[in-house]
Amino acid sequence: MAKAERGGAGFSLQGGLQPTPQPMPALNPQLPAEPHSPSFFRQALTIAAKDLRSELRTKEALNASLAFSVVIFLLFSFAFDPGNLDIDINEFSGGLLWLAFAFAGALSLNRSFARELQNDCLDALVASPAPPGALFLGKALANFALILAVEIISLGVFAVMYNVHIQPQLGWLIVVMLMTTWAITVIGTAFSALTVNLRMRELMLPILTYPFLIPPLMAAILLTTDLLGGKPISADNMIWVRVLVAFDVIFSLLAVVFIDIVLVG
Amino acid sequence: MNALEVESVWKYYGDFPALRDIKLNVEAGSTVALLGRNGAGKTTLLRILAGLSKPSKGKVRVKGADARLESTRRRIGVLGHGISLYDELSANENLLLFGRLYGLPDPARRAAEMLDRTGLDRVRDGLVREFSRGMRQRLAVARVFMHDPDLLLLDEPFTALDDRAIGVLHTLIAEIHQKGGTVVMSTHQLREALELATHVALIQRGQLAFAGERNQEMLQDTGWLYRTYGES
Amino acid sequence: MREKITYVLAIAGIALVTWNLYKIFFVLPPEANVAAYQIVYFHVPAAITAFTGFFVALIASGLYLATGDLKFDAFAAGITEVAVAFASVNLATGMIWARYAWGIWWAWDARLTSMLTCWLMYAGYLILRRAVDEPTQRAKLSAFLSIFGCVNVAFVYKSIEWFRTQHPAPVLSVRQGGGMGPGMEAPIYWNYLAMLCIATVLVIVRMRQEGVSREIDSLRRMAHAY
Repeated sequence: MAKAERGGAGFSLQGGLQPTPQPMPALNPQLPAEPHSPSFFRQALTIAAKDLRSELRTKEALNASLAFSVVIFLLFSFAFDPGNLDIDINEFSGGLLWLAFAFAGALSLNRSFARELQNDCLDALVASPAPPGALFLGKALANFALILAVEIISLGVFAVMYNVHIQPQLGWLIVVMLMTTWAITVIGTAFSALTVNLRMRELMLPILTYPFLIPPLMAAILLTTDLLGGKPISADNMIWVRVLVAFDVIFSLLAVVFIDIVLVG
Repeated sequence: MNALEVESVWKYYGDFPALRDIKLNVEAGSTVALLGRNGAGKTTLLRILAGLSKPSKGKVRVKGADARLESTRRRIGVLGHGISLYDELSANENLLLFGRLYGLPDPARRAAEMLDRTGLDRVRDGLVREFSRGMRQRLAVARVFMHDPDLLLLDEPFTALDDRAIGVLHTLIAEIHQKGGTVVMSTHQLREALELATHVALIQRGQLAFAGERNQEMLQDTGWLYRTYGES
Repeated sequence: MREKITYVLAIAGIALVTWNLYKIFFVLPPEANVAAYQIVYFHVPAAITAFTGFFVALIASGLYLATGDLKFDAFAAGITEVAVAFASVNLATGMIWARYAWGIWWAWDARLTSMLTCWLMYAGYLILRRAVDEPTQRAKLSAFLSIFGCVNVAFVYKSIEWFRTQHPAPVLSVRQGGGMGPGMEAPIYWNYLAMLCIATVLVIVRMRQEGVSREIDSLRRMAHAY
């Protein structure tokens, strides 16, 4: 065969030698029937379960973000005097809580795709038949569960430390927490995938994420302040619930559809 | 229909063509050794074959189907530089994870079988973090063969693996050939690769400089190929 | 050809701005002749130019993803950078105005806050571009971010508007009413046109730079590879 000219000619590798099959140890060469195609959500759940399992084994991100949110609560107590009866803690509570949640959440989000880097696991996931959207959704679901767990514990700690009553509007409070946490998770997970191969990964993620989260966080802060103050969701703050719903839906769709740009090079 | 068809694949990094007009047809049952210097484009080509990266121009077909199709990825097994295993999961859990992602009908049975074959059944519940290097490598091999791929892509397998893992790999590759599967491996460990290969493709500066059957000269003198077809 | 367009646009932009300055200072009725008023003629068009830029960047990013042509990526990068510059102009003039009218440099007013948020978002885009070395990967990641960013601009803008606002009612009559007398808003539109000319010139220059830097990158890669 001649040396290829510039630009490359076509080559064919045909037939040829078969390596001598080596004697097999007593094995069961019988292979599974037909591999089926697991559904999109099944794949996502498989990934989520994997992430949760390995996080729960080490609890690295979980412990760190819990400790971090408690530290933030502690620091806030120096920003104003919680014992001063003239100060109505309910006026700050929303902002205080969501600042702590958003900062603590970033710790989990940073770990999310970084975990895949260690042994080039991300390559194996992307090469698998699972669609990139399902990989994203799975990782987002795992982050969602982790961040939500941290939030629920922190909320309890917050209620005790700052003597805030969470019971009156607990139902709506949970709804707001679920929606906002999903917003944090979708943006955070997408940007975690975006920054995973960059130098300064840990710096890039918060720089990109926080300005993006201003609409949902603003909505959450207003709603949470209202709810902790005992004010129910009514016509005048319903608009913020709508902002959260719209944000969640639109960015979830965008992320699932466009994530393969980021994951498949 | 060929097992693998690379149709005029170009890959650009910015304006730099890392792969230039690669055309390659690989018939089922062959083992191709992808040779070339560091930076020649071997890994780039393998990543495109594996569907980890999209060609800028051209197409890759596996048994006539696009490489990024879900049904195509199901037939491909990839062993890259890393072991692609999760340190915090046990050997069994790692295999189960990939078994489920590939939609195997009985991932548990297949995982048990693969653990048995790679000699890891005694440590099936041990965390990968605690494994020795050799055990991790064998588990990585087990992972690649979990879904019984028709097309196996190996990136520098001989530098990463120890003797026992290579032994396991050889057995499994032979098995793939028996059922008409195909292997493409990139390497600069010439001797091992050439012993295993039925065909050789040499990539030079992103171009295919030679492709053809492995011959005796190559086996006797590993520098022959580079001297004959390579640039000095 | 491209050279000529650049020069023509640059001259047109400068001429327009000069003519506008003349009108603002000497032609408009005296009630417009106070600093607080005059600055609006730059403050508002700068904001519109910035938002135009963000939107065009979205289109350019989409075109890059659709075609894979790095020219569109260079265009998106250039236009975003220029839009951030105009957003900075908007923020700076807004702050000067606030100092003059309200006596404080920064009021947490809705429009300034949303512009600041957008500014931070797109500054993140520019930082991201610097953090990625490989041009094709950089193009893909930043296109993804640009799409997210432009969608979020709508959210930022709307939600901050619903938040309590201090901003004077919008000055342009296209948006319900507006606070300017008849004939006095024309310089805003003319300044917008001038800024578009200048922005286009800057983008053309930036695109050329991007092209050259891509070439340098590819030569460096070639040197390393062979």
